[in-house]
Amino acid sequence: MDIPMQCYLLVAAVMFFCGIYGFITRRNVLAMLISLELILNAVNVNFVVFNRFLYPEALEGYFFTLFSIGVAAGETAVAIAIIINIYRNIKNIKVENLDNMKF
Amino acid sequence: MEYSIFVLLLPMMMFLFIGLLQGKLKGQSAGIIGTISMSLTTIIAYAVAFDYFFSPESKIDGIYQKIVEYNWVWLQLTENLHIDLGVLLDPISCMMLVVITTVSLMVHIYSLGYMHGERGFARYYAFLSLFSFSMLGLVVATNIFQMYIFWELVGVSSYLLIGFYYTKPAAIAASKKAFIVTRFADLGFLIGILVLSFYAQSFSFTDLTAPGGVALSSAAGVSFLGASAAAWGLSLIFVGGAGKSAMFPLHIWLPDAMEGPTPVSALIHAATMVVAGVYLVARMFPLYIDAAPEVLPGIAYVGAFTSLFAAVIACFQSDIKRVLAFSTISQIGFMIVALGVSGMGGHDGLGYMAGMWHLFTHAMFKALLFLGAGAVIHAVHSNEMAEMGGLRKYMPITHITFLIACLAIAGIPPFSGFFSKDEILSACWEFSPVMFALMAGIAGLTAFYMFRLYYRIFWSTPTDVSHHTPHEAPAVMYLPLIFLALVTLVAGFIPFGDFVTSDGAVYHIHINWTVATISIVVAVVAIAIATVKYMKEKSKAPQNPLNNVGAFYRAAYRRFYIDEVYMFVTHKIIFAYISRPIKWFDRQVVDGFMNFLAWGANALAARIKGFQSGQVQQYAYVFVLGVIILIVIALAL
Repeated sequence: MDIPMQCYLLVAAVMFFCGIYGFITRRNVLAMLISLELILNAVNVNFVVFNRFLYPEALEGYFFTLFSIGVAAGETAVAIAIIINIYRNIKNIKVENLDNMKF
Repeated sequence: MEYSIFVLLLPMMMFLFIGLLQGKLKGQSAGIIGTISMSLTTIIAYAVAFDYFFSPESKIDGIYQKIVEYNWVWLQLTENLHIDLGVLLDPISCMMLVVITTVSLMVHIYSLGYMHGERGFARYYAFLSLFSFSMLGLVVATNIFQMYIFWELVGVSSYLLIGFYYTKPAAIAASKKAFIVTRFADLGFLIGILVLSFYAQSFSFTDLTAPGGVALSSAAGVSFLGASAAAWGLSLIFVGGAGKSAMFPLHIWLPDAMEGPTPVSALIHAATMVVAGVYLVARMFPLYIDAAPEVLPGIAYVGAFTSLFAAVIACFQSDIKRVLAFSTISQIGFMIVALGVSGMGGHDGLGYMAGMWHLFTHAMFKALLFLGAGAVIHAVHSNEMAEMGGLRKYMPITHITFLIACLAIAGIPPFSGFFSKDEILSACWEFSPVMFALMAGIAGLTAFYMFRLYYRIFWSTPTDVSHHTPHEAPAVMYLPLIFLALVTLVAGFIPFGDFVTSDGAVYHIHINWTVATISIVVAVVAIAIATVKYMKEKSKAPQNPLNNVGAFYRAAYRRFYIDEVYMFVTHKIIFAYISRPIKWFDRQVVDGFMNFLAWGANALAARIKGFQSGQVQQYAYVFVLGVIILIVIALAL
C-alpha cells in the first residue's frame, strides 16, 4: 500500500517546527544543536520526498540530501568544538551566558 | 651645460640625507658633509656660469640668449596650460647661481664655528641645504609657476631657520610673523600669476617675456578700475616681490627675522632670499617695459620711500643686527629704484644693469657685515651696541673686514659698493634730478649709520673686559670674512655690463664723474660726521636708549610705530570686528549643526541599543516571527 506524499510532508513539517521550537526555547547549547539537526533533517526528508514522488527518474534530490548530510556532519563537528571551548572558558554551556556580543 | 641640474640635485639630496640621518650624525659630521657638498655645488655653479658667459652657443649676434636646459612637464592642466619644472640659464640666473652658492658656501663654513656645539646642529645644516636648494630652484625657474613653488619653499626654509631656537618665544613669534607677512604678499603674487597666465595662455618666461609684449596682446583694451589688466597683473606680482624683499609697508618681518642665528641672517635675510623680489622684477622686466611701463615709476617710488624710511630708522637702532636689517631694506630699496627707473636696451637699460650689479655686490658685502657682526656677537655675547666698544684691539681680522664692508656700502672707491651705487645714482639722475637727490641723500645716511655702527663696535669707549675678554673668532669663522672682503675689494672692477644687461647686449660701463663726485662727497661728509660724533664717544649709550631723547628719536627707535599700527589694525579692527563674528558663526552655527547631528545619532543609539542583547535565541525568535508575518502578508495578498 502506498503512503500518500502529504503524510511524509506532514512528518517533515512537524520535525521542522519541533526544531524551531527547540532552538528558541532550550537553554542548553547542545540541545539547540540537536534542534538544528532536526530542522536540517526535516528539509532532507522534503528533498527525498519531492524527488521520489514528483520526479522519480531524476536523482538531484537524493544527491542534495547526501550533500546536506555531509555538510551537517561537518557543521556539527565545528559546533561541538566551539561548545567545548565555551565550556572551558565559562564552565557551563547555558546560552543566556553567551552574551559577550551585545552592544 | 647639461650638468647644471646637479646644482639643484646636490643640495636637495643633502637636505634629505642630513635631515633623515640627523640623529645618527654625531658632532661636527653633519656640518662637514653639508659643507663639502656645498663646495661641490659651488664648483658646479661656477662652471655653469663660466660656460654660459664664455661659450659661443649662448650668444646670438653678441646678445645673450635664454637657454632652457631642462624642461619637464610636471602637471598637465589643459592642452597648452601646464606647469613645468626645469632649468633656465640666462645672464641673471647665472649671476644669481654664483651669488647664492658663494654666500651659501661661506655661511656653511662659518657656521661650523658659529654653531659649534649648538643643539640641533644637524637640523641646522639640513635646513641650510633645503634653503640653498629652494633658492637655486627659484633662480633657474623656467616658468613663473615653478618660481612660485620655490618661492614658497624659500619662505618655508626662512621660517624654519628664523625659528631655529624654538625654545625662545621671540624667535617663534618672529618666524610666524615672517611667514604670515610674506604669505600675505604671496597672495598678490599668485593672483598676478593667474591674471598674466590667463591672458598669455602660458606660464613660461620665454613666452611671457617675448619681445614686444606679445604675450599680453590679448589683454589689450581690458581694464579694471582704470588700470589695464597687464598693469594689474604686474603690480600684483610686484606685491609678492615687495613682501619677500621687505618693501614698505610689508617690511615689518625682516627686522624681527634677526632672531634667527646670525649666519642665517647673512644668507637668507641679507644676501639671497630678500633679493628674490628684485630678481622677480628683473625676470619680468621686458614685460613691465612692453605691457605696463606705467607701473615701473610706481615701483621706483615704493623703493625710494622704503629706502629712505629704513635708512632713517637704521640711524637710531641700538641692536647691531637690527641696524644691518634696516640697512638691508634700504639697499634693496636702491635695487628696486634702479629697476624702476630703468628702460630697455643700451644706455636706457643702465638702471637694470646697475640694480643687478648692486644686488651682486650688496650680497657680498652685506653677508660680510652680517658674518662680522656674528663674530662680534660671538665674542661679546650680546647684540646691543651698549655692550660693545674698543673691540678693534681684540678682533683685528673682524675689524678690518668689517671696515672694508662699511666702506663698500658707504660708496667709497675702490670698493665694490661705490661702482654699483654710482651706476644706480646715474640711472636716477637720468630719471629725474629729484630722485637723484633723494637717493644720494640716502646714500649719505647709509654711510652715516654704517659708520655709527662701526665706531660703536670697534672704537668709542672700550668695553668692560674685567670678567670676560673678547677674542678673535676661530679660523673657520674669519676665513669666510677674508674671502668676502677680497670679493668686495675686486667686485667693482668686474666689467659687469659685459655680462648682465637688460637686453643681453654688451654695455660698456663708464663712470659719470659728476654723479660720482657728488656721491663720494656726500659719503665722506657723512662718515666725517659719524667720526666726530662716535669715534671718541665717552659716555656709553644709556641702558634704556629712550631716556632723555627727543620725540623723533623715540619714534625712529620704535620704527615709526609701524608694528604698532599693524597690531592695532589686526587686533582691534580685524580680530574684533571680523574674526570674532566669523568665529561665533563657525562655533555656533556650523559646528552647532554638526554637533546637533552627532548628538541626535547618539541619543537615538542609546534608545535602540537594547535590541542588540547578545541573546541568540531572542534573535532567532524575532527572525521566526518576521518570517511568519511575511507569510501572513503573502497569503493575505
